[in-house]
Amino acid sequence: MSAHFDTIVIGGGHNGLVTAAYLAKGGQRVLVLEGRDVVGGAAATEEIFPGYRVDTGAHRIGGFSKRIVSDLGLAGRFELLPADPPTFAPVEEGPPLTLWADPVRTAEEIRTHSTADADAWPAFVKLVSDAAGFLESAWHATPPDITGTDVRDLWSSASLGHRLRRLGKRQMVEVMRILPMSMYELLEEWFESDVLRGTLAASAVQGLCQGPMGGGTVYLFLHHHVGAPSGVIRPTVRVRGGVGRLSEALATRCRELGAEVRTGAVVDRVVVEDGSARGVVLADGSEIRATRIASSLDPQTTLFGLLDPAYLDPAVARKVENIRYRGVTAKVHFALSGLPDFACRTGSGPHLEGAISIGPSLEYVERAYDAVKYGAVSAEPCLELSIPSLVDPDVAPEGRHLASVVMQYAPYALREGAWDEAARKALGDLVARTITRYAPNFESLIVDRMVLTPADLESRFGLTEGNVYHGEMTLDQLLFMRPIPGASRYRAPIEGLWLCGSGAHPGGGVTGVPGANAAREMLRGR
Amino acid sequence: MNWRRWSGYAAASSYELHHDREYWAIRNSAGLLDVSPLFKYRIEGPDAERLMDRIVTRDVTKCRLHQVQYTPWCDDDGKVMDDGTLTRLSSDTFRLTSALPNLRWLEDNARGMDVSVADVSDDIAALALQGPKSRAILHAAAGGAADDLRFFHMTEGQIGGAPVQISRTGYTGDLGYEIWTTPEHALTLWDTLTEVGAAHRMTPAGMLALDIARVEAGLILIDVDYVPAHQAVIEDRKSSPFELGLGWAVKLDKPSFVGREALLAEKARGAEWEFVGLEVSWDSMETLYGTVGLPPQLPSEGWRTSRPVYAGSRQVGYATSGCWSPILKKYIALAHLQTPHSRLGNDLSIEITVEHQRKKAAAKVVSAQFFNPERKRSTPGGAT
Amino acid sequence: MSAGRYDAIVVGGGHNGLVAAAYLARAGKRVIVFERRHVLGGAAVTEEIHPGFKYTVCSYVVSLLRPEIIRELELPRHGLEILPLESTFTPLPDDDYLVRWADHDQTRRELYRHSARDAEAYDEFGRLMYQLAVAVKPILAMIPPDPTSMSPKDLMGFLRLGKHFRGLGHEQFHALHKLMTMSSADYLDEWFETESLKATMSASGIIGTFLGPRSPGTAYVLLHHYMGEIDGAMRAWGFAKGGTGAVSESIASAAREHGAEIRTEAPVAQVVVKGGRAIGVALENGDEYEAPVVVSGLDPKLTFLKLVEERHLPSDLVRDIRRFRIRGSSGKVNLSLSELPDFTSLPGVGPLHQGAISVSPSFDYLERAYDEAKYGDFSSRPYMDCIIPSMIDPDMAPPGKHVMSIFVQYAPSDLEGGWDDRKREAFGDAVIDTLAEYAPNLPGAILHRQVLTPWDIERTMGLTGGNIFHGELSLQQLFCMRPAAGWADFTTPIRGYFQAGSGTHPGGGVTGASGRLAAMKILGGRL
Repeated sequence: MSAHFDTIVIGGGHNGLVTAAYLAKGGQRVLVLEGRDVVGGAAATEEIFPGYRVDTGAHRIGGFSKRIVSDLGLAGRFELLPADPPTFAPVEEGPPLTLWADPVRTAEEIRTHSTADADAWPAFVKLVSDAAGFLESAWHATPPDITGTDVRDLWSSASLGHRLRRLGKRQMVEVMRILPMSMYELLEEWFESDVLRGTLAASAVQGLCQGPMGGGTVYLFLHHHVGAPSGVIRPTVRVRGGVGRLSEALATRCRELGAEVRTGAVVDRVVVEDGSARGVVLADGSEIRATRIASSLDPQTTLFGLLDPAYLDPAVARKVENIRYRGVTAKVHFALSGLPDFACRTGSGPHLEGAISIGPSLEYVERAYDAVKYGAVSAEPCLELSIPSLVDPDVAPEGRHLASVVMQYAPYALREGAWDEAARKALGDLVARTITRYAPNFESLIVDRMVLTPADLESRFGLTEGNVYHGEMTLDQLLFMRPIPGASRYRAPIEGLWLCGSGAHPGGGVTGVPGANAAREMLRGR
Repeated sequence: MNWRRWSGYAAASSYELHHDREYWAIRNSAGLLDVSPLFKYRIEGPDAERLMDRIVTRDVTKCRLHQVQYTPWCDDDGKVMDDGTLTRLSSDTFRLTSALPNLRWLEDNARGMDVSVADVSDDIAALALQGPKSRAILHAAAGGAADDLRFFHMTEGQIGGAPVQISRTGYTGDLGYEIWTTPEHALTLWDTLTEVGAAHRMTPAGMLALDIARVEAGLILIDVDYVPAHQAVIEDRKSSPFELGLGWAVKLDKPSFVGREALLAEKARGAEWEFVGLEVSWDSMETLYGTVGLPPQLPSEGWRTSRPVYAGSRQVGYATSGCWSPILKKYIALAHLQTPHSRLGNDLSIEITVEHQRKKAAAKVVSAQFFNPERKRSTPGGAT
Repeated sequence: MSAGRYDAIVVGGGHNGLVAAAYLARAGKRVIVFERRHVLGGAAVTEEIHPGFKYTVCSYVVSLLRPEIIRELELPRHGLEILPLESTFTPLPDDDYLVRWADHDQTRRELYRHSARDAEAYDEFGRLMYQLAVAVKPILAMIPPDPTSMSPKDLMGFLRLGKHFRGLGHEQFHALHKLMTMSSADYLDEWFETESLKATMSASGIIGTFLGPRSPGTAYVLLHHYMGEIDGAMRAWGFAKGGTGAVSESIASAAREHGAEIRTEAPVAQVVVKGGRAIGVALENGDEYEAPVVVSGLDPKLTFLKLVEERHLPSDLVRDIRRFRIRGSSGKVNLSLSELPDFTSLPGVGPLHQGAISVSPSFDYLERAYDEAKYGDFSSRPYMDCIIPSMIDPDMAPPGKHVMSIFVQYAPSDLEGGWDDRKREAFGDAVIDTLAEYAPNLPGAILHRQVLTPWDIERTMGLTGGNIFHGELSLQQLFCMRPAAGWADFTTPIRGYFQAGSGTHPGGGVTGASGRLAAMKILGGRL
């Protein structure tokens, strides 16, 4: 038995650290337990190639909350690098597409593909920005208990309604109308150019086991735009020195606020006494007690992995079991001897600085999805390539470059075979070959590479089924349904246990919001 | 002979045109009933005891080898899902019988446990031999294997060359046994018992006779006296064990089982309903029928339709089963009453229809166990 | 020159138009219905295409005909007789099969054969669906409030709706939310493990949509089957004696009894609008009829973009109707047969022939059928829902002979390169070839076949895109968004001009609900 804490936070990912910092700031004695040797969870920077600083998991941060930066006094402790253009979409034939931060410039770029699309662009950008603004206000609220009578709930849902009404009645209805739609249906209404449709569609299905023709994909597209400056579509924001810098800054801030952050401390189980969580037992057998436990691990790992199943009501356990994960993304990191040279736009230039999206048409993205329905890897995958070394030279040795690729779709469980070394190699080759079709010199630049399949993402980062969001971001797993219906207000179904990771509202991405919301509820629940 | 549905099987309502002789056989000699349609599960493994203790409300750790426990089990909200018997076949093997399918519930509760659950409903045939002569018949058929078998215990033996398990259990409230075997031996078992039983005036018995016997014994019937929680369409239809007279089977001192929190809370505030017996007043019946010039008309079969129960003019509950008890010579019913009105001895009234007109017959609250003979529990050696 | 004056004119003698006409006539209005074709019923018709054999050409089951319509219009007295469709038989490729029988115990035994867990889950699932159907039922019977309006009436409508949902309690509310947002495959995966059971159940969720069972938004239609069940005593689910056309005929009979006039082969060219008000219609033959109320039973595209001129409508609405999704995804094959199909997995003539036969062996099968349609082709191995009307109603075919009705999905209306006669027959061949894999005697038993692609359905029945539901049943096209926000209350921006087709709430299927609600709106809330 060791010292008693107010709160033990399990998992030193960015959300766990945010929760810890807020609690420490609120005067609690806090202990963060991270199983790996680095903090950050899936937002960590590791030297997997000598001399490289590689963001092995998340390499973009989407909408890391400005409110959190200011609340926790993080300003100046890490540097954000928003890319402009945020996205470049190469094609095999014809002109490529660049999305600039400036919508006017983007519209001109689109004009080379379609005049009608260029004309429609400003209104589309406004719709996305309005809808994302609405979602943002929902992000920071604790999901209402719809069937309850809690006055706070009514107030918070009313203020959301108010926010929605502020959009004006046509736009309000428009936002509500598009939320459940498929990206395909939305884009049918707006655009005709293949590469534009493909590039936007690719964003709507990132990390999702759906194609752009699947209902509800518009939601995920909007989710990616929360917190982005108005006008920016498919924002790409990196952290100088790697995303690990953000996590390290958070850990440092936690310590300054009095919290203890331990790495290499694997939690074996949560101790439950009289139906309440009272502490944790580490893998080394030592027990640490606390008044409450907050887990930033995903809900299934927390509730099935750390708890004796007998503590969960069977009806609750069924709900936990029904959380859909189904990771479909693989990550491939390449150490490169130089910069890829795209046939459609040769040479170096700003187009290489943001995300390079390979998804030349909506149908291409949808076909890539088809494979995963039947448990196979896409023959022609959707890729998002990021070369951070171009804007942040410190992450690669002099003259070298780093390319991190998010590949989609790769099933968590292959129907034929398993994720063995051969399958992993085939996946890496497929990615390299696909990029080479657009940038012919790519394969010749490869010095080293690391392939992380969905199964690897699970074992490396503890992401169940390799899902980067700690649970699919679909309409049935959001708001009061996240992580499970009836436990959406950061309280786990066990007294004294809280959930503060991406599995809770508002979900995945390096935003810090679930962690901050959970801390607020915990401080209120005292 | 007429038939009815029972869990996808055809079961005899009665083997003759009227069930009267079958009923009297159960109370006077012995009746043989095919209870094979019961659902049966085999729970096996190091965590078998833990799983069963988590699911049912009784304390399974106290269930010794070859002992049988009658028990209800509840959902998370402490509402009864089903009831049945649990037999410990070995230190880490149990058999659970139930009226409804429960495989999914058993499996879902077994998450993370080292235990296997097998649906053996179709692998086990079962006959109930019930009545005062059942021990003698079994003695002749099974060579004394069950002579000393105590109430709610089981043993193994052979009948007509068929390996059987015999448990001293039943649904009649009388001395009786249930005999379990595999389907290929089922006919031999039936034939042997029929042959041996003839000398003791044993007859096959159907559901109609059983229904009267179980009402006399105050034994609840699923879908009649209560609606299983996971099939109730509306909340009000659900019942807790306290509301079904099964409070004795709820062991709240167990550290954890499904529904415990809800049941603790209910215990603390007191159940809203109670399950009791009603004795309908003969005098009242006589008066009511007398006004139309008839003697009291009695139901020839047990009834299973809900009938309102009143305290004065206010409805305070409803009866779910009732019958004329041939052995007690009383018109009896099983009823759900709101607690202030469920005190033993309370005078209430129950709705009956006299010549197409609704009337209220006087009824007194009594224990649901109308018939409870000494022979039910006793053993020749004296041990119970 | 006016050829006649009426209180109300109904454009289109489909079942919804007829229902609206019947209610208006019942309320004492002088009503006339104009139908373009020679038969009434629109997509709910029975025709003797092949002598002696009656085809339920398009729609083939009475899915959800509102019990209040049956009651209020006294349809049984007008000849409506709904016969039970007893079972759903799913033949499987490995010579196995799955049947859900009318009898609960028999179904349980059959499911148990595939999975003991599923047999149990099926009952619990049924209970939940029953509860949800009860919860949803009032919504089907209400005129949707307007989300763009701040009027007290509309706000009250939403408040009432909110209160209704809050009253459901957690479990049901969450289950309903999941049902509205999930894919039928995911929803069923939470309950069942038998692939053929899940696939067959999910099929009801994809009918009339351009989605596969794995696409979110397909789960809620699972409720429809159970909606029929809560009206159990009315037996609203089944086969109408005489085919679906008999439903239309019985409604027409009720309408006529109340004094409505019904003209066939009388195509309407245009609704006459004067000063922002509908004052009558002009037929294609030049005749004009006057009425202060004009009701369109046609789909939204025709109602707003063809029957009236755009200049009478706000541009927002024109935009909304233009983008209203109405892509047809299904076709129909009707067969005259010399003998019944003999299924290798369950040979001989049996009760299965009196029920539905569903070719839906697995999610993969349905998804592959969908994949082909996504990229513009028809499914080479389609999902099919078949019934043999002559086994339910012997008057549908000569003695000893049979008719078979086959609903087929997916057949995209916008087939790559367009539909033509050759492609239609190729589509018909794909249907027969697929069925022959399960019932090899079928091709040899065919005396006559009629193949309808969305192209044919559009040309014959006038349904835009050949969409059987007058618009896809996707979440953004339901309730107060059907057909467009602000115009889901059966009115239009043209005073006196109303909508009553399936393109309005609640839409889809032979329910008559839209026609009834439209009449209610026209009559000021009272029928």
